Amino acid sequence: MSTSAALDHSHDHHHGPAKGITRWLFTTNHKDIGSMYLWFSFAMFLLGGTFALVIRAELFQPGLQFVDPSFFNQMTTMHGLVMVFGAVMPAFVGLANWMIPLMIGAPDMALPRMNNWSFWILPFAFAMMVSTLFMEGGGPNFGWTFYAPLSTTYGPPSTTFFIFAVHILGASSIMGAINVIATILNMRAPGMTLMKMPLFVWTWLITAYLLIAVMPVLAGVVTMMLFDIHFGTAFFDAAGGGDPVLFQHLFWFFGHPEVYIMILPAFGIVSAIIPTFARKRLFGYDSMVYATASIAFLSFIVWAHHMFTVGMPLAGQLFFMYATMLIAVPTGVKVFNWVATMFRGSMTFETPMLFAIAFVVLFTIGGFTGVMLAITPVDFQYHDTYFVVAHFHYVLVPGAVFSLMAAVYYWLPKWTGYMYDETLGKLHFWLSFIGVNLLFFPQHFLGLAGMPRRIPDYALQFADFNWISSVGGFLFGFSQLILLFVVIKCVRGGKKATAQVWEGAQGLEWTVPSPAPYHTFETPPDASLIKAQ
Amino acid sequence: MKTDKAPSKNKTLVTKLLFAVVGMFAFGFALVPLYDVICDITGLNGNTNNLAAQAEAGEIIDETREVTVQFIARENGGMAWGFSPSATQVRVKPGEVNMISYKVTNNTDQVMVGQAIPSVAPNAAAGHLNKVECFCFEEQVLQPGESADMPLRFFVDPALPADISKLTLSYTLYDITEKSSKLKAVAAR
Repeated sequence: MSTSAALDHSHDHHHGPAKGITRWLFTTNHKDIGSMYLWFSFAMFLLGGTFALVIRAELFQPGLQFVDPSFFNQMTTMHGLVMVFGAVMPAFVGLANWMIPLMIGAPDMALPRMNNWSFWILPFAFAMMVSTLFMEGGGPNFGWTFYAPLSTTYGPPSTTFFIFAVHILGASSIMGAINVIATILNMRAPGMTLMKMPLFVWTWLITAYLLIAVMPVLAGVVTMMLFDIHFGTAFFDAAGGGDPVLFQHLFWFFGHPEVYIMILPAFGIVSAIIPTFARKRLFGYDSMVYATASIAFLSFIVWAHHMFTVGMPLAGQLFFMYATMLIAVPTGVKVFNWVATMFRGSMTFETPMLFAIAFVVLFTIGGFTGVMLAITPVDFQYHDTYFVVAHFHYVLVPGAVFSLMAAVYYWLPKWTGYMYDETLGKLHFWLSFIGVNLLFFPQHFLGLAGMPRRIPDYALQFADFNWISSVGGFLFGFSQLILLFVVIKCVRGGKKATAQVWEGAQGLEWTVPSPAPYHTFETPPDASLIKAQ
Repeated sequence: MKTDKAPSKNKTLVTKLLFAVVGMFAFGFALVPLYDVICDITGLNGNTNNLAAQAEAGEIIDETREVTVQFIARENGGMAWGFSPSATQVRVKPGEVNMISYKVTNNTDQVMVGQAIPSVAPNAAAGHLNKVECFCFEEQVLQPGESADMPLRFFVDPALPADISKLTLSYTLYDITEKSSKLKAVAAR
């Protein structure tokens, strides 16, 4: 595989990309594949966002307005699945494809053909998953966590399509992860030692290991479901000697590392952007690396905090509570380092920096509510309420998604060769920032007051905070069209970007021209360009 | 140059990573028996022994204390059977063998097969409730309208921790008509 890729490479040397659709279908170029991942994830972001707006429209007022409860459940489920597996994860893989080879001075990803394959199976997985909405009995309606027996005994007939979709996208993630690890370990330019790698590369290396460790477990879980549904096994069926609680253990053994899969690369992005616009070196590079590794390790031993209410011995509750709280320590190290990087820096506030600062502040709020949820006795009250919804949306939307937007604005000039429209970018930021807080902050209060998750109707006392939340939801949702406009405008033209783009930008990706040529670093960069972080 | 060696280096690395992937897939399945073993050892989840305990003739009866054993019976998911214990609770001395019975009635007009699954609370007591004879060890086939008394002989292990004075034995009855091998045997007769 790699041998032939190397051969292709040698005679491909002086050509640009192929013409027409085959360029995209057959490409093995990391930049093309990265762009496709990013566009795909943006499409999924809009689709998942549309599902979310159906939810928020229904919850605007008490009572049933627009959709019936079964469809509402399909919307909450598909919103979660599409956003997690279709929007956030592929977006990070897209950034990894684009930026990791540029950051470590490699000509391409280590396994370019597998790279093509891991992207192109994704649209099929999601076509299959979304098509279930049009099937008899509807799409998955059991929540993105697809707890058995809701998804086995009581699931709709389309559950089988959902299972195969998860298999395919799991295979895609695993191939992507193998590729990232092979690239980082084998293709670094001479002089690029591990501890000189940019943090985005480091966080992705660790994320890739997490993916390899847990995506197969997810594949195993859905395979067990498949067997329970079609082949009469009883992994999760109590009547046959199985145990539904086992499902939750297996799912969250995947699910908790999964949430770090969605946030560690975000840490890497923010660690690239803040030093650039503070015009200082990143404070505490080594501690950032160790903190990332500690978070990854801890993510494997805290899964049962998602299921405190299933009935667990006191020792188990204490262990998972303290282990979970321990995660706040390395995370706190990171937040401290970002703040220390900004401290007494010559800061400017271009759009990527605004998103990065908002990330630090709002992600920390999400982290704090996470610590609250980790406290077992109070978790019994918060469990399955809107407080949980508010918590994980704070870490995922103004957390992971804001970091992705920051990354797009930060590297867009490098990708397109043009500067984006700063005024529109700032408008997009402020509308998103106001929208996201209007959307999710009131949900904390709703949850504390006892409003349960995943319901299409609610008691009257929740009406006020719900309409505020819905208004914020529509504001945030439609603001994303500005991002689409800014990106298209920037692709089509604008002020020419320099190679360095940002005054304070450091790193190998800024040594190549803007836009980055189709082939970069065919000869390794000069070792003098590789600086300590 | 570094890249000359890259293909073979990639091959070794990818092989290792693929082993990790296959290993983790297998690990997911290994967690299933592992989970059962852990639950059996610790009594987590209220798992009780699924095998008949031998009532040893010389079992020491602890005359110094009595514990309350409560019985709960429920049908899963609206299964149209009647299912209730003959007593809601009994006081027993640890070590002595007691017997109660559960009455089941098939209120439907079809032959049905039921399977009762036990669970014991609190978890710490789960390993100390021993069933000498239990209807939960086998599937129950009932003709339309038929009733049956199902016996349960059990004893509480004298090693039950001193701070536990009350245990609850809960049975959930599942409709396994479609999956049952017994029904096929009945139908074939």
